Amino acid sequence: MALGFTEDQRAFRDVVARFLADKSTPTAVRELMVTSTGYDAAVWKQLSGEVGLLGTHLPEAFGGFGFGPVEMGIIAEEMGRYLYCGPFFASAVMAGYAVLGAGSEVDKLRLLPGIADGSTIATLVLDNLNSPDQVGQQLGATSAADGYQLSGVASMVVDAQVANLMIVAANTPQGISLFEVDPQAQGVAVEALEVLDPTRKLCSVGFTQTPAQLLGEVGQANLDPLWGLMSTMLAHEMIGGAQALFASTLDYLKLRVQFGRAIGSFQSLKHRAADLLLELELAKAATHEAARVLATGEGDLYAPNMAKAMASDAYINIAKQAIQLRGGIGFTWEEDTHLWFKRAKSSEVFLGTSNWHRERMMQQIEETADV
Amino acid sequence: MSNAVEGAGSQGPGPSKEQIQTEVGQWLDEHWSVDLSLSAWRTLLVDGGWAAPAWPTEFFGRAFSEEQAAAVSEVFVARGVVGVAQAGPGRLASHTILGHGNSDQKQRYLRSILTGEHAWTQLFSEPGSGSDLAGLTTKAERSGDVWKVNGQKVWNTSAHHADYGLLLARTDWDLPKHQGLSYFLIDMRQPGVEVRPLKQMNGHASFNEVFITDAEILPIDLLGSEGEGWRIAATTLSIERQGFAGDRSGGRARTLVGPIYDEYRDELAIALEPYTWYPQRAGRVDLALPRARQTGAIKDAQVRQELAKLLCMQKGADIAAATAAAAKRSGNNEVVPAGSIGKLAASVIARQASHVHTLASGADAMLAGPASALEGIIAEVLVSVPAISIAGGTDEIQKNIISERVLELPKEPRFDTGPFRDVPRNLADT
Ligand SMILES: Cc1cc2nc3c(=O)[nH]c(=O)nc-3n(C[C@H](O)[C@H](O)[C@H](O)COP(=O)(O)OP(=O)(O)OC[C@H]3O[C@@H](n4cnc5c(N)ncnc54)[C@H](O)[C@@H]3O)c2cc1C
Repeated sequence: MALGFTEDQRAFRDVVARFLADKSTPTAVRELMVTSTGYDAAVWKQLSGEVGLLGTHLPEAFGGFGFGPVEMGIIAEEMGRYLYCGPFFASAVMAGYAVLGAGSEVDKLRLLPGIADGSTIATLVLDNLNSPDQVGQQLGATSAADGYQLSGVASMVVDAQVANLMIVAANTPQGISLFEVDPQAQGVAVEALEVLDPTRKLCSVGFTQTPAQLLGEVGQANLDPLWGLMSTMLAHEMIGGAQALFASTLDYLKLRVQFGRAIGSFQSLKHRAADLLLELELAKAATHEAARVLATGEGDLYAPNMAKAMASDAYINIAKQAIQLRGGIGFTWEEDTHLWFKRAKSSEVFLGTSNWHRERMMQQIEETADV
Repeated sequence: MSNAVEGAGSQGPGPSKEQIQTEVGQWLDEHWSVDLSLSAWRTLLVDGGWAAPAWPTEFFGRAFSEEQAAAVSEVFVARGVVGVAQAGPGRLASHTILGHGNSDQKQRYLRSILTGEHAWTQLFSEPGSGSDLAGLTTKAERSGDVWKVNGQKVWNTSAHHADYGLLLARTDWDLPKHQGLSYFLIDMRQPGVEVRPLKQMNGHASFNEVFITDAEILPIDLLGSEGEGWRIAATTLSIERQGFAGDRSGGRARTLVGPIYDEYRDELAIALEPYTWYPQRAGRVDLALPRARQTGAIKDAQVRQELAKLLCMQKGADIAAATAAAAKRSGNNEVVPAGSIGKLAASVIARQASHVHTLASGADAMLAGPASALEGIIAEVLVSVPAISIAGGTDEIQKNIISERVLELPKEPRFDTGPFRDVPRNLADT
């Protein structure tokens, strides 16, 4: 697969961008972020129906469009750019990829078409958001007469407040397994949490002997590839947001006048902008590369780790400077910059910090170098 | 960014990779022999049109695209065939002459650059003007049938073995600084040109001072027209910037056997001697992981983090450059201009590599020379990396270019826009 986007991919990106520019304006974001559901059901309908984005990455046999991580990344990048509020990441990316990777054919036929057409809003319940190695310490499943029973608490679950399907990673005597759970089932307790980034809603989810249906084989859930896909999509979201903030900050540098000149003519600020551009360009390249590697299976296995580490660092650095370079106005609630700043912060620590991803990358480099 | 040979390859798809490789393979079967002399071989190569296939057809080339030309080099590399001479300033000269020379100049100079018969140097920087290149004061005046040149140049890589120089000189002192410059091709082997090597902080002496006293240049060696010097210099500088990201690892060991290889190695020892430390100045990223494993520093969590950051940057820079190149080939202009960003990335990466090498070595980094780590390579990295953020335009200048031309931030206030005669200068130059 060639480097860079094809003409079709660029046209697709423009369609997604136009839709989001229209629907996910800063005003809409501000309205949605204070609601308890955190999303606009009408826009969700259009996303799934008219625009048809939710099944982009799912095979046609399961109601999707049969594209891959590159196209899915394009959507995530635009969603990050426009700070889209809604369960796209939880449902299509997290739960969608989880079922795709772990479910049997029957499971996929049962679950994926709903995720693809938006009638199902799913989420992936992980009891740890820092590292796949730590998943399964809080949630356990035991086999019961008619299936399995889940118990334990996941302290942070994305968009559980609107989910009508939960895909749960829990420990069993045979190892980590994925389960399907109906949020309405007995013993499920969903509680909204106060969050730093109001554009990404989180809930705690508790289970008490909740009936659950096993997906795929017991003990066979391999969270590493799933984590790689999720991290890559999150990295796309982050470089999208970083580009939006960088662009608005440049506009401000050209507009704001102090000492009789635009502040963007001060060399210390120009050089800072050049440094940020370099960091952004490298992160963008690494992120698009990760999608390409996942799509083709060719390249460094740890490309998603590189992408997440670089995108996290670039986004938060740009976000900090976006506020600094605006001065007092940048610190106000009124100005929009903090909306992206908070998304940068919540993305920075979601699915592993950049230090964690760099360490993971080194482990993989060493493993491959040893053979 | 102007690219002198850009137009050459844009005439439609032409032969496929397979066709090219078959054709060049057959041609090599007929012509290549390790028993040829280097100059005899390169003459065949130039006449056969395989020396610089991306160049225009009327000047030794085949108007190939970058990809098509890469298909040719692939065959050369695979078969161990010696290519054309490619020492740094020769590349700058050929691209600049291709882009701005008249056909007489192209006929006279291009062939001997390819065959390696003539070496070049870039005579731009002066004691009084480095970053502010357009403020240079070397003077060229018409005197009878020739241009007479007086002034001093400095930091000129390879000047000590160069036959010709790319000379930027002032021909008009009453115009604003950028408009009074002209671009000349100067014969270095004349009495008015004196070259004195300068020793660098890493012990090498790749660059020189060049004193020019009543040196003569024929009017046919003015490149472009009088006053066009700055515009033409931009081509040279942009080609130069592209060279910095190229080599972050060591070259291929040249261990092939045959008379032509002996001659080639001799050439490398002289023509490429000034460049033996260039991979080290780029940081030797390729050695970072092996070295950390060798010393055991790889077990240290902090070292792992710094090493991972280095590898991430390098990967990002490589992909970004490849994406920009691919976009340029396909006519998609969405990607930001890569030259200055690539050069700045090269500096940042080299510094991080030097940092990692230091952490990996610990106290051993106090040693240098053949008995030190990797036969002195690590020490050479540590004392060569400072050059990469200066040579070819400093980091600060690249950031000025990025912020003003790529990001379109407002320009600095200027104090040098009037006639050059009245512009404030370093005291020594007035
Ligand atoms: C290894 C090496 C090889 C070289 N080879 C050649 C060659 O072959 N031919 C040739 O002509 N030249 C060559 N050079 C010269 C090189 O191009 C200059 O050294 C470089 O452009 C800087 O100029 P300067 O040394 O005069 O430093 P100065 O321009 O005096 O810069 C001093 C400091 O001031 C900063 N500065 C200057 N202007 C600004 C500004 N506007 N904004 C912010 N900061 C600024 C610089 O970034 C630098 O940090 C070589 C240099 C090196 C190190």
